[in-house]
Order: sequence, then structure tokens, then C-alpha cells
Amino acid sequence: MTTMTQELPQVRGVKQIPVFEGFTSGHRTCQGCESALVMRLMIKAAGPRTIVVGSTGCMYVANTTYYSTPWVVPWMHTQLGSSGSAATGTAAGLASLMRKGKMQQEPINVIAFCGDGGGVDMGLSAISAALQHDEYNLLILCYDNESYANTDIQVSGSSPWGANSTFSPPGKVHRIMNRRWKKNTVPMLAAGHPDVRYVATACGSYGPDFTNKIRRALTIGGPTFIHSIDPCPKGWDYDPKYSHELGMLAVETGIWVQYEIVDGELILNGPSRAIARGIRRRKPVTDYLQRQGRFAHLTEEDLKFFQERIDETWEKWWIPGIVPFGPHDEGE
Amino acid sequence: MATETLPQTEREELISGSEAIAIACSLADVDVITAYPIRPYDTVMQYVSKLKADGAFDCDFIVAESEHSQFEIVKHASAVGARTFCGSSGVGWFYAFEAITVTAGLRLPVVAMVGNRALDDPGAFGVEHNDAMAVRDLGWMLYWVGTAQEAFDIALLAWRIAEDPRVFLPMAISCDGSFLTHSQAIVNVPTQEQVDRFLPQYDRGRLQLHPDNPITVAPQVNEDWLMEIRRQTDDAMRRSSDVIREAYDEFKQLFGRGDDSPFIEEYMTEDADIVLVGMGTLAMPVRVAVRRMREQGKKVGFVRVKFFRPFATDEIREALSHCKAVGVIDRDYSYGSPSYGGVLFNEIRSALYTLDNRPLMQSFIAGLGGREVLVRDVEEMTSMVQDSIDSGQVKEENTWIGVRE
Repeated sequence: MTTMTQELPQVRGVKQIPVFEGFTSGHRTCQGCESALVMRLMIKAAGPRTIVVGSTGCMYVANTTYYSTPWVVPWMHTQLGSSGSAATGTAAGLASLMRKGKMQQEPINVIAFCGDGGGVDMGLSAISAALQHDEYNLLILCYDNESYANTDIQVSGSSPWGANSTFSPPGKVHRIMNRRWKKNTVPMLAAGHPDVRYVATACGSYGPDFTNKIRRALTIGGPTFIHSIDPCPKGWDYDPKYSHELGMLAVETGIWVQYEIVDGELILNGPSRAIARGIRRRKPVTDYLQRQGRFAHLTEEDLKFFQERIDETWEKWWIPGIVPFGPHDEGE
Repeated sequence: MATETLPQTEREELISGSEAIAIACSLADVDVITAYPIRPYDTVMQYVSKLKADGAFDCDFIVAESEHSQFEIVKHASAVGARTFCGSSGVGWFYAFEAITVTAGLRLPVVAMVGNRALDDPGAFGVEHNDAMAVRDLGWMLYWVGTAQEAFDIALLAWRIAEDPRVFLPMAISCDGSFLTHSQAIVNVPTQEQVDRFLPQYDRGRLQLHPDNPITVAPQVNEDWLMEIRRQTDDAMRRSSDVIREAYDEFKQLFGRGDDSPFIEEYMTEDADIVLVGMGTLAMPVRVAVRRMREQGKKVGFVRVKFFRPFATDEIREALSHCKAVGVIDRDYSYGSPSYGGVLFNEIRSALYTLDNRPLMQSFIAGLGGREVLVRDVEEMTSMVQDSIDSGQVKEENTWIGVRE
């Protein structure tokens, strides 16, 4: 059972993205930080009657320096692995107080965000638990810049294979220190929590799509999850002016798939839908990898391996780019 | 409302300390409660969940997926203005440690029950005080309960004190595993009207996280402001002593029970040469032993420390300033500490340092892992303290009692 949610209509085009700013000046994120844009779009979509809780990471440390917070909406820090618990606690507190008549009835959006370290690694268990509570309306947004970027760029469970980080530096003996493949987080959460009505991937390069995803997540009822890919000039090592372009390249090369799962139905979005339908060809992954210093040490052989892995996700997986396993083929 | 199925007149119940606190939760109309299983504290959550299931108590009862989440959930519920309760034991309390420390840092009045339990490894279910004590420096008020009645009473007091805007600090109610969490005793349960008169609603005021009050909570302050904020928490802890006295006096008036002091309980200390000191259910065998030794003409008394934080320095100084020697019985250990003494011992010794006539001080470690402290153990400790008085010096500053060699 869920309580009422706000009415937040879908937008058709950039011009319908609200003028309201809930995340303004005062933050200290790096030039070209895509996650800062994700924060701004997120709160534009959600509006002022929203409580935002942010777990430790770039979007805490760089954003909320005392006396210069950029948050216009109520905002609270939570611990690195606590985005799920913070969202649950905030929503539970509001629900209980309103039900008992101790607080005026009103649908208040509850959004907890986390980075990939806080979400894909440490916070996974609490996020999973939050997604089991269908009585609370909440959104958990994972802004994934593919490393622990605030602490000097260390590899996370969401970093791509081979990426150079301060915990996975290429060396004289071991060229590839990060041998883990990026965790397939959204399908894991979708399959594992079938009662959750909305999970999605997103990318700040696609503003209206991003806005609509936040709004769907906040209005559908119950706990929801969005995972966004956020190019990071510092961690990925590229000129800050290319953040948007790299986000689009992640999608166009098929490394990142844009989709949403609404009430059990998978809907591919934008270029990912065109790729899946064969309308559009995937760009070679080198178009994406070779634009980033974190992959500069990869050899021709490494790049080939990377391409083969991406091809495999699109050509061999049961649901291309999303679900790696399928039914056993028993023949006719 | 929470009370419809509860009788409207004060009643007597034969219940455990855990059940007493669960009933206090319902009378206090707690809004959000989080549970995660670990023995022995979890009995309180079994009673809470049953009260909710039976419709006797309206709260959001959330079974978390870890103690860390358990404490994080109530922390955030408290920030939006909800009255909260949770708890843990032993290593479960330690698993929640990060959430526990930020709760105090954020000045959120969460009330928690600690069913004191030995820390792993090796495994043991029984009582030790090291679990709750680990937060002694972090801004949690810490209370050690002696009886099931006291568990009930202090729970009501805990929300009243913690949620006072002069304090806004979390409070842990420590209950000795098994001896309190599982043992039943007669408890007087007051009426809803009495409780309502004593316990106002939690009002987070201008610190409430709500769209009508768009504040930023816990920004990054670094060296610019951290020291000032730490000092504010220190001030709050200092202020808590007066708030505790005030609440306790009112509680005694309204409910007609309570000791002279909310902080310590003195037993036959007036003319005592030897005063034993301890916390929790240890008081039961110690009081029996003191009575028995008094019958033999020995001038022995006992001080039970109830509030460990805030530590009642003045009252403890006063209570221990007239005796010749003090024996502190710790149900905890502090490896490598001064004199290898227990935690309570070293705190007491530190508090007495400025006295003109300092008593001899002796530390005993006893009853670890739930091992019973017997009357004869107390008599043995007392005779060791007497030996120190007779010889004018303490030969062994610390002794572990009843350890097989």
C-alpha cells in the first residue's frame, strides 16, 4: 500500500524542463562535472516539495560546504552505504507522522542519492532492503562516475574493465589491474525485486529523458531506483568540455544501455532503442575509450577484447545489453 | 490511537525488562521502530511486533537488513520529526557503529536499548558491558538499568530527556543480557493519561527536515567549524544533567516512585568504611552480600552507578568521599588500561583524584560473559579491600574474580 504521490507531468522537450532551480550556486564540483548536472536536473524534475538525502561521495563533499550549500530544498547527509536506509527512514518518518495526524498530510518526494561506491558497492544491501518496502514512496538515484572520485579516483565495482585508477594503476608487470567487469546493477535490482514498479538507467546528456525518468520514478508509487552514467573529467581524464559528448558516446557505443522497467515491462530509450531494433549501428568502443586517459594504457589487443565483450552483451545475451542469462536450449 | 486496547488504569504486570520497554514504546506513541535480530536485546522487538500485530500499537515497524541500516533508518526518521526506538546487542551494536556515532553528531534524540552481551569472538550470549560502553565518548547518554521497573521508567524518561531541545542527544538504555532482558518481575504500568502528562510530543523545531524548513543538515565543515560544533555537543551533554534532574523530579511526583538521585543509588553508604561500586543487575547479589556483612558488623556499603553518561562526577565524589576504600566491580574489561583496571574503575578513580582524602581504590573484573557474580564473590572482594585498608596499601590494583587458572 502506498500513499499519494505528487503530480509531475512528463515533459516533451527541453523547453518544458522547469525553470525552478533547487540546486544553485555554491557547490564546488569540478569543471565539467556531469554529476552536478544530474543533481540539478533531478531537483528541477522533482520540485520544491522534496527532501533530498545524499550519501558520502563527490556530491556530498564537493556540494555542501558549510555556509555555501547549493541546495534550496531540505537536504541531509547520510553515510556512504546508507542511501537505502536514509530514504526508508525519511519516508517512514513522514508516513508515520502524517498517518497519526502529527504532520500535515502532503505527498513529499523523498530522494536519496549515492555514488557508485555508495550504491553499487557498499550500499547495495540497504538499497535492496529499501526496494522491498512497497509502503514507502522513495527514489534512490545512483550517480555513477565509475570510481571513488572524491577520494582520489579509486576503482569501484562499477568501474570498467582495465580503467586506470589510483588503486588500479598500470604497472611494469601488470598492465591491467582492474580485471573486474562493471556490475550489471539495474537488471540485478529489477530481477531481484519484482514488486518494484520502476527502475531505470539514465544519462544527463539526455535532459528531457532524464527529467521524465525522475518524474516517473517519483509518481508511480513505492520505492524506485535510477542509475545514471556520469562522465567525470577528473576520473576519466579528458577535457571537461566533452562530458556531454562522452555520455552520448557511452550510449552510442552500446557500453551503456538506456532503458526503464515499468511494472515489469522493459522499454529501451533513445539511441539504445534504435540500436536494439537494428535501425542504428553501434559505434566502435574505441570511439569512447580512446577519448579518455584512463584507458590510454590499453593495447590493440585490449581494445579488441573490450569490443568483443560489448558485442557479446548485444549478440549473445538473452535480452541484449541487459540480461546475460537465458533459458537452456533443449532443442526441438 | 496507540492505547485503545491497553487498560486505562494503572496495572501490575509480571514481565521482563524487554517487555517493559516494549510497553513503554507503545505508551510513548513511538512513530518509527527498527529491528534486527541478535540476542538478547531482540526480545524487546518481539514484544513490539506483537503489540503492532494485535493493533495495540500504531508505529512504523521496520525489520532492517542489518544493524547499520537499523540505526540509519531511525536516525533519518528522527530528523523529520518522528519519535524513534531501536536497539542491539554485542557485535550487532558494533556493526551499527558508524550510524551510532553520526546520530550523536547530528544531535538526534534516538532512544536505543542495548541488551548487554559479550563481544565475539569467541561466541557468548551473556552480559558484558563493553558493547554499550564503546560509545561513551561519542555523545550518547548511557544508562544502566537495575530492574524491569527501572527499564520501563527510564524508557519514558529517555524520550523526555533526549528530546528536550536543551539536550537533543541520543540515549542508550543498557539492560544486562538475560538477567534483565529475559527475567520477569512485577512492573507497575501507568495509564496513558499519566504518560501523556509526563511526555510531550517530540518537536524538532527549527531543526526539522521538511520542505517548509529547507535546511541543509550535516554539511562539510572541516577545520573551519568542527571544533565549535563538537563544543556545542559537549555543552548539550553538560546541560543534560539539569534536564535529567528536572525530568526525574517530575517523574517521581507523577508516578510516585524513584530514588533520591537519578544518577546513582546509594545503599548503606552513610557510615561505610568500604564502598563497593557497580552497574546493572550486579546490584542484586551485592546488596544481599552487603546486608549479610552488615549483620556481621562490617561497615560495607554500595553505590550503583545508573547514568554512566553524563557521569555524575559531583554526586560520586560526595558518595565516596567519606569511606576508607572503594572496590569497583566492572562487568567489562579494558586491556592495557591504567592499572589494567575496568572502565568504571578508572572513571571513578579519575573523578576522585581531586578529593582531599582519597580512598584506597581497588578494581575487580567479574561476571564476564554472563557468569554469575555470587554473594560469596562479593564477600571475597570486600575482604580483599579490607586487607588493603589493614595494610594501608593496595597490593593488587586489579583482580579478576573467579577465573579458573
